[in-house]
Amino acid sequence: MDNQSQTPQQKVEFERKQHKEEMKQQVISFALMILFTFIAFGMVLLDIGSVFLVPTLLLLAVVQVLFQLYYFMHMKNKGHDMVAVMMYGGLAVAILTIIAFTTIIWW
Amino acid sequence: MSHDDVLNPKQMPHDPEKATLEGKNKFLAFWFFLGGETVLFASLFGTYLALNRSTAGENTPENLFGLELVFIMTMLLLTSSLTSVYAMYHMKNHDFKKMQLWLGITVALGLAFLGFEIYEFVHYIHEYEFTFRSSAFGSAFYTLVGFHGGHVLFGLCWIVTLMIRNSKRGLNLYNAPKFYIASLYWHFIDVVWVFIFTVVYLMGKVG
Repeated sequence: MDNQSQTPQQKVEFERKQHKEEMKQQVISFALMILFTFIAFGMVLLDIGSVFLVPTLLLLAVVQVLFQLYYFMHMKNKGHDMVAVMMYGGLAVAILTIIAFTTIIWW
Repeated sequence: MSHDDVLNPKQMPHDPEKATLEGKNKFLAFWFFLGGETVLFASLFGTYLALNRSTAGENTPENLFGLELVFIMTMLLLTSSLTSVYAMYHMKNHDFKKMQLWLGITVALGLAFLGFEIYEFVHYIHEYEFTFRSSAFGSAFYTLVGFHGGHVLFGLCWIVTLMIRNSKRGLNLYNAPKFYIASLYWHFIDVVWVFIFTVVYLMGKVG
């Protein structure tokens, strides 16, 4: 869209449409997050005695958090490169911390 | 500040939260803070994972936790995350009243969550005599979940303060970043909760 040739009214309408589109994606993410939560609780309540249960629970949590970060917190949008650097930097230290605590410190 | 400062839908910038240098700085600094919070919670999760089997022969995660309450709390917090998305949607469309309304709903859901969490802790302490000092598991549990609860409380105070402080002022380029950042904080609280209900409660029940 060429911003220069738009009237202010057109610009407002275009942006409102964009916001609506984004809101729609966010409501879909919300529905998926609810679904993942139901699956996670359901698997535990149904007592599925599989070795894959815990990895599946963790995977569901990670996917849900990615929806939260990328859609609810807008990390998918432009201008979030530094944000990604900070969050993935934090995540790297976080994973190291958890590995260190669970393996070395309290073996 | 004059009226030029007030957001006029006809001439306001696309992202009011990042339209000023101050807003940009707040945005970036806040994400830097969230990166640090990730590490803070990782250290608490690491401690919990290392110590949750050290129950001193008393309450174990299996006999302590009830999933019904945790499920309700999860739904409350997840829904409050969506309502704060709605608040930011209305902020971007410069509808101050609707933004305040959705923030109010967010606060109500957050309060309900906090109420359930306090009930849960009181229940553990009185019915199970499970306290911070019961075992290493007890200390790790209350530190991790309590720290998250503290974040919820802080987030609620933050959002309520912003709502009251700006209630007569309306939305402008000065306070739009403040609202946006408070909503980011609220989403982050839900991010942490997703791992708490998975790692502490669900994995605790699985054993």
